[in-house]
Amino acid sequence: MERKNFQKNYLINFIAVLFLFGIIVMSLQMKLINNYYQGLLIIAGINIMAASSLNLAAGYMGQLALGHAGFMAIGAYTAALIGLHTNLPVMAKLIVGIGCGGVMAGLFGVLIGIPALRLRGDYLGIVTLGFGEIIRIALYNLPFTGGAAGLKKIPKLINLPILFVILVLVISFLFLFVRSRHGRALLSIKEDEIAAESVGVPTIYYKVYGFAVSAFLAGVAGGCLAYFQRALDPNKFKFMLSVEFFIIVVLGGMGSFTGTILAGLFLAFINEFLYEVDELRLVIYAVLLIVVMIFKPSGLLGNREFSLTASGRWLKRKLTEKK
Amino acid sequence: MALLTTENVGIAFGGLQAVGHFDIALEENELVGLIGPNGAGKTTIFNLLTGVYQPTEGQIYFQGKKINGKKPAEIVGLGMARTFQNIRLFKNLTVIDNIKIAFQKELKYSALSAILRLPAYWQQEKVVEDKAIDLLGLFHMEEDAHKLAKNLPYGKQRKLEICRALATNPKLLLLDEPAAGMNPQETRELMETIGFVRDNFHLTILLIEHDMNLVMGICERLIVIDYGMIIAKGTPEEIKNNKQVIKAYLGS
Repeated sequence: MERKNFQKNYLINFIAVLFLFGIIVMSLQMKLINNYYQGLLIIAGINIMAASSLNLAAGYMGQLALGHAGFMAIGAYTAALIGLHTNLPVMAKLIVGIGCGGVMAGLFGVLIGIPALRLRGDYLGIVTLGFGEIIRIALYNLPFTGGAAGLKKIPKLINLPILFVILVLVISFLFLFVRSRHGRALLSIKEDEIAAESVGVPTIYYKVYGFAVSAFLAGVAGGCLAYFQRALDPNKFKFMLSVEFFIIVVLGGMGSFTGTILAGLFLAFINEFLYEVDELRLVIYAVLLIVVMIFKPSGLLGNREFSLTASGRWLKRKLTEKK
Repeated sequence: MALLTTENVGIAFGGLQAVGHFDIALEENELVGLIGPNGAGKTTIFNLLTGVYQPTEGQIYFQGKKINGKKPAEIVGLGMARTFQNIRLFKNLTVIDNIKIAFQKELKYSALSAILRLPAYWQQEKVVEDKAIDLLGLFHMEEDAHKLAKNLPYGKQRKLEICRALATNPKLLLLDEPAAGMNPQETRELMETIGFVRDNFHLTILLIEHDMNLVMGICERLIVIDYGMIIAKGTPEEIKNNKQVIKAYLGS
């Protein structure tokens, strides 16, 4: 495949995204989406963002990371504090707040990653889970986080179109990142760490690198959450939130970002119906996971991506066959 | 000057001395065989040379530089590549991606130019893509470039692993039982490939092998070890008639 082909594909996808953006803005203008559904879609978008970031660490790099709610919390609190204590114009505040949230989470990703990523498999899962909880408990007790009451009256800077733009940026970033030398290095670690090292991939460096990028994006998702919900408390970032992200990743397929998007939307959709059975929700998730594991263990899309251009070609072929 | 020298290298796992007093010197463009009965410590020696294990005693010099204490990836960067006894490919990636990963050190573009798809990205990716196709072409595998590595037949997987090791541009290639699990026909082809690789890439090859036809056929020099110690060195002819070697293999 040549450069021109790729650039054509990028253009087609860009137009498709623009079209989708147009639909969202239009339907908000025409009041087709009320506030309630807008909120739902925003939460779904934030979950997709966080799950995609986890997909980088778990799906592409093959590292069982169970502490992403913690990174999200760091991003959320950083963004919230910037929102509360600075006097920037709205747009600048949004960019600085979310950016700083991401960077802060990324820094913690490096700090936690250096010791934790020496472990593998379940052990890494346990340690990242522990770190996630430590972050949450720290937020209860630090002087500037408001303790159990949390932070309130955070400026509301996120609406659906803005979130859509951020989500598109995050997903495009991930797409382009994994299709580069860095992405290949991460994939090689997932496939076979010893072989990766033996062909010159510095595995420890790349594991920390990938983990930090993943934490950064989880922080961005956290920042969006803070600027949407206007109130934060540590209880939002319990272990079960990390598990929810993991479920989205597994349902969609480890290593497929489009799969994550589909699974995220699907879960948001069924959550709507599960509202009344609150506690049972997690049981239903579990059943869902078991069913997926039996019938399609690699998840909805496996490690493939849904591609507009490829499905376009497929459709064309089908149509010509009919003739 | 020798390409690789080891001085009194040894490793002990707890109380077990797996390898001891290992002294060798490999010259440039040599083809040397490392043989010995099962469990003699051959693969352990490979792991010591490539940095997977750190020797508990002795020094390893590669191209005049001391390399013990360095990480495997750094040693690869200095020009030593290896294959594995049980093939270790990136199974779920395409053949060409397997090779591209090994070209890692030739790619210099930053993460930023990757994400923004700046010209540096396109240029370097193109160079590496062409190089990878050329390399596969040398082994008559260019048609398999976009297959998944796990879908290749066994012989080709072995070839691909050698190919991938060559992509790191090594001076010294360590082959760990390249003929394991091959039939006589495939083994003959492999012998040709190994000879071809040495002549075309101007490198030194150290190989572990159990197939004596292969070893006696292509190696210029043999090193025999048993219980982690060198028991004989010499040409294939000398080794064939060495009493200690016969004893190690057949018992007294």
